[in-house]
Amino acid sequence: MAAHRCGLSLVFILIFSSLACHSSCDSLENANEDTEEKQSVSDTPREVNSDGSIAAEDLNERRGRSTDAELDRRDGTRTSEALTPAAAARDEFQEELVIRPLHSGDIYASFQFRTLWDTDFLQEGQKVSHYRLFPKSLGQVLSKFSVRELHISFTQGFWRTMQWGQPFIPSPPGAELWVWFHDTVSDVDGNWKELTNVLSGIFCASLNFIDLTNTVQPSASFKPLGLGNATDHRFLRYATLPREIVCTENLTPWKKLLPCGSKAGLAVLLKSEKLFHSSFHSQAVHIRPVCQDEQCTSKAWELRQTLNVVFDLYTAGQGKKEWSLFKMFSRTLTEACPLATSSKVYVDITDNPEGELFELSPATPLLSQAVVLGDRRTYSVFDLTRAETFGQLRSLNLLLRWKGDGGEMLRPLLHAERYVAGFGLQTGEIHTVIYNNHPYRAFPVLLMDSVPWYLQLYIHTLTVTSKSRDNKPSYIHYQPAKDRHRPHLLEMLIQLPPHSMTEVTVQFERALLKWTEYTPDPNHGFYVGSSVVSALVPSMVAMNTNFTQDQPLFSSFVPVKEESSYFVRVYTEPLLVNLPTPDFSMPYNVICLTCTVVAVGYGSFYNLLTRTFQVDEPSLPLAKRLANLIRRIRGVPLLT
Amino acid sequence: MGLLSDPSRRKVLTGLLTRLNTPICIVCYLAGIVWFMGLAFEPFTLRTYMSENAMGSTMVSSGERALSLAKEFDAHKRQAYDGMPVEWLVKAMQSRGLEVFTQSFSRKLPFPDENKERYMVRGTNVYGILRAPRAPRTEALVISAPCSPGDSNNQAVGLLLALAQYFRNQVYWAKDIIFLVNEHDLMGTQAWLEAYHHTNITGMEYSPLQGRAGSIQAALSLELSSDVITSLDLILEGLNGQLPNLDLANLFYAFCQKLGVLCTIQGKLQRNDWDTAEGYTHAAQTMMLMVLKQACGRSWGDHGLFLRYHIEAASVRGINSFRHYKTDAATIGRLLEGMVRKLNNLLERLHQSYFFYLLPSLSRFVSIGCYMLAFGLLVVILLLRALDLWVHLGAPALAAVEGVTEAQQPSGPGVLTVLTPVVISHLTGVALYLLPVHLQEMAVEHFPVSETEAVVLTAVAIYTAGLALPHNTQRLLSGEGTEQGWKVLKLTALLYLAVLLGCTALINFSLGFILAVTLVPITASMTPHMPKALSALVMVLLSPAFTVLYCVFIYQELIEAPVSVSEGWMLFLSVISQGILDHALYGSLVYPLLALFIYPCWLMFWNILFWS
Repeated sequence: MAAHRCGLSLVFILIFSSLACHSSCDSLENANEDTEEKQSVSDTPREVNSDGSIAAEDLNERRGRSTDAELDRRDGTRTSEALTPAAAARDEFQEELVIRPLHSGDIYASFQFRTLWDTDFLQEGQKVSHYRLFPKSLGQVLSKFSVRELHISFTQGFWRTMQWGQPFIPSPPGAELWVWFHDTVSDVDGNWKELTNVLSGIFCASLNFIDLTNTVQPSASFKPLGLGNATDHRFLRYATLPREIVCTENLTPWKKLLPCGSKAGLAVLLKSEKLFHSSFHSQAVHIRPVCQDEQCTSKAWELRQTLNVVFDLYTAGQGKKEWSLFKMFSRTLTEACPLATSSKVYVDITDNPEGELFELSPATPLLSQAVVLGDRRTYSVFDLTRAETFGQLRSLNLLLRWKGDGGEMLRPLLHAERYVAGFGLQTGEIHTVIYNNHPYRAFPVLLMDSVPWYLQLYIHTLTVTSKSRDNKPSYIHYQPAKDRHRPHLLEMLIQLPPHSMTEVTVQFERALLKWTEYTPDPNHGFYVGSSVVSALVPSMVAMNTNFTQDQPLFSSFVPVKEESSYFVRVYTEPLLVNLPTPDFSMPYNVICLTCTVVAVGYGSFYNLLTRTFQVDEPSLPLAKRLANLIRRIRGVPLLT
Repeated sequence: MGLLSDPSRRKVLTGLLTRLNTPICIVCYLAGIVWFMGLAFEPFTLRTYMSENAMGSTMVSSGERALSLAKEFDAHKRQAYDGMPVEWLVKAMQSRGLEVFTQSFSRKLPFPDENKERYMVRGTNVYGILRAPRAPRTEALVISAPCSPGDSNNQAVGLLLALAQYFRNQVYWAKDIIFLVNEHDLMGTQAWLEAYHHTNITGMEYSPLQGRAGSIQAALSLELSSDVITSLDLILEGLNGQLPNLDLANLFYAFCQKLGVLCTIQGKLQRNDWDTAEGYTHAAQTMMLMVLKQACGRSWGDHGLFLRYHIEAASVRGINSFRHYKTDAATIGRLLEGMVRKLNNLLERLHQSYFFYLLPSLSRFVSIGCYMLAFGLLVVILLLRALDLWVHLGAPALAAVEGVTEAQQPSGPGVLTVLTPVVISHLTGVALYLLPVHLQEMAVEHFPVSETEAVVLTAVAIYTAGLALPHNTQRLLSGEGTEQGWKVLKLTALLYLAVLLGCTALINFSLGFILAVTLVPITASMTPHMPKALSALVMVLLSPAFTVLYCVFIYQELIEAPVSVSEGWMLFLSVISQGILDHALYGSLVYPLLALFIYPCWLMFWNILFWS
């Protein structure tokens, strides 16, 4: 990768390298695709009945294939017109970093990388084998498994809403994966299974542990974030792995999905030794179809890679209240990614209008305002595509120097937490507490709980109380678990009164597992994933509903439908529950042995106590009996 | 079992057992006692060893600020008129980067506690949570320091804050650490634990907790009585005789060895001369102290209440007694840091090592497999006597079958003859359990005594009144008590006692063993044909109440603070009131066990003695 500077040649080197990397997979996948094509051909007659457009489709398909072939040929020879010029121009890549000093003295850094891919292979059923900025590994997955939307996050740590406020994109501890499949998919479960295994390979994570026992189909909590208004939750799959540990091996494949890798642009800051020396680390990939323009005449695939990290004041700052890019990431910025159309660093200075809280250097005249999470925030902007940003040193090292104390933060309007109540290993109670801190507005929230089957929920004990009064949920969707097959799913729409605490409790019994079902460390406990609270929270300021308008990436992830409220998702902490566990060591054998002995002994003793024993008189031989018969007739005493 | 199903051989066996019954019983009893005393002999015990792999070696390095913090805390405590300086604590913890929460609780005791001089208790717990980086709030450790009136535990709070400050700057935490300063020692802990687990076992009023940190894996409680600490004492005995996993004790011992801190258990240093008489006596005394403490079923430190929630916990108490040797706060800080760090490394809850053990010294232990034999030898006496009685009861019946056709001999005493004493004894037990607390107001009105005295004296009165029962019981019976009647009653009582003691020993070995030692001889030998006055005296002297009294004396003797008879009597009374209070406040089960089961069972034997 020596050819940093000349952008176009770099593109092709990237493409080549990725092609080389995946050539082995390609051959396999081609085989699969062939079979798929055959299926689609065999499917067409059925479609004819409805559409009657077999000829046109056939033509389309052929054209698609021929262009494919052409493209492949052109790849080697020509450079710039790989795609039609218009399309090539519309693939784009943006990167941005938001730094928000938190009231607690910690610092929150959020990276967002957005790749737009101007193609719509699912709709037209055409095969695409040309990838410019979009990572090929993900593109192939999307087309093979007919994925409409894919969201995956890996998080290490728990977002402390009460100290840090709301994150830009929330995620639960561990791994979370939710996927909307295209409604043409017939075997969703099969696709899901394969998809998780493939993703497991791509991200070097244990996603292959996702199976039917921890997958649910939420009916309301997870709506598609991109185009299309799919509501049939049969095509949605949601799973979390709260136990998943995120580390460098997950970061490296994630970085490789970026067009510039970690060689240029903001991604140079992503050094694992610093990122994992923090209070919170979360990385995510979100893929969804979006509109290219305001009229939505053409669609595009959007890949958003986000990475959120919170650095701790005490452990990383060595007590000095001072932050710099170098201190946080042990790197400074020297250039933008050459492939990026925009590359910006935002620093949140809303709480610091006159610079009384902290001092930011170098100063920038560029200010930007954005409405984020119901609040109007002001940001200092550093545009990395402009040379003057880097100054004379040719490097940008942002420096934040605290002056005063952080002061009190406004309590976040929505907040939730969860814990297990009770003691002993037989029963327990899950408490979910949801706080509405809005002084005068009530709003509804959707609570989703997915509980593994080995906690047997007593759904009749479900209570929802707010302000010590019963609060009847207006919508309840409950799917009971099947032992060893599927988890419980509980979704509720609850109205939260203003300035209140709502408590949802449900009792459970701990199941006795078969001895092979215990994990290798059974005494650690078993995890129950976070519950998800999704809500439209009343906004203090008018939200920006114009989705396509040019705005910072962090403020434009979740589409806003109305001005008066904004969407928030809050994850509670996962639970660690102890199940009744046998002692898997020598005493266990002893117990088995004594039980056996006692069982045998009990049988004999019971026998002894309930029966009476008598000496059995031996029966007389035949001769004596005959003699007795005669003696009886004669009236003589009998023989014995 | 062919031996038993063959009637002729069975006859031989039962004949042997009935003929040699008394000698066998005596041998068993003596063997049981000797076995128990032998447990303290070092060659018979095992060396303790660390079972948990996750607690491998850790390098540790800690705080010098503890003392100054303790002084500051002391000053603020004085300002708060000896209460807890809540605001200062909250600020101090917040400035160290913890998430700080408070919890208030209140409780009205069933009757005033004269030992600690409290009746209406109102208090506040302050706790700060150190959030571990990149941990999902699923696991936590607790370090607690009780804040008691006077300046008895200020050093502990100071050390706690110093530790919090030091821990906050470290990066290796995988579990959240909760620093808890609880007021009114055990009551504060009880309120906090109940709120944390959202249960209410004892009817305490408390405000709900605002911050939690998942399931608590282990807890350490810290008590330092003075500035100068010469040795550290480890306290393990918890509520109802529960003990934490032995690995916790091993951990403490290993770090004491490593840092060269003098460590004791039951306040007794370890000796190396096990082959001398003094060495053995020392070990036996240490073990006896542990048995007595465990038997009384109360929590001997704040840690004891954690055990109910399956949280392994121990108290570390700093003692100033061995004058020539001093340990500074920094060393204790290092010790605690090391222990917490190792607990932090745990992947699973402590479960590898023993939960049932006796400790003759910190480095030696007796496992359940060894000590249960001593108890088994005692209880088998009851079963042997029961077998003997059974055979005797069966014999006339056999004779009837064989021989003369006598007019239907009553096949046994009516159910009523046996049932009446059983029911009446148990009703007395219920009275002993319920009346002392419920009648205190009436007693205070009619007698010039304080409420506490009223409760204790009512208990003693009911206990004594129970002794008059046999005569009344006899009057209630329709007919004369027959020879068979008392035998059936005794058979029932023997089996009942065997089951009772067996169940008790499974949960709390010490309690079961102590009761067995005193109850087995009288119950095994009691018949109505013995000299009434003498045997009545022996029975009373070996009754449950006197067992408690002896325990008080032996305990005082063992902790080298012998008391006179009158002091002993006062102590005995306060032990009773403490037992009732422990039951009401923390759910200790020793008092109900004694009142509702053991005492009625003893009364049944008392009945047999006066059978006519």
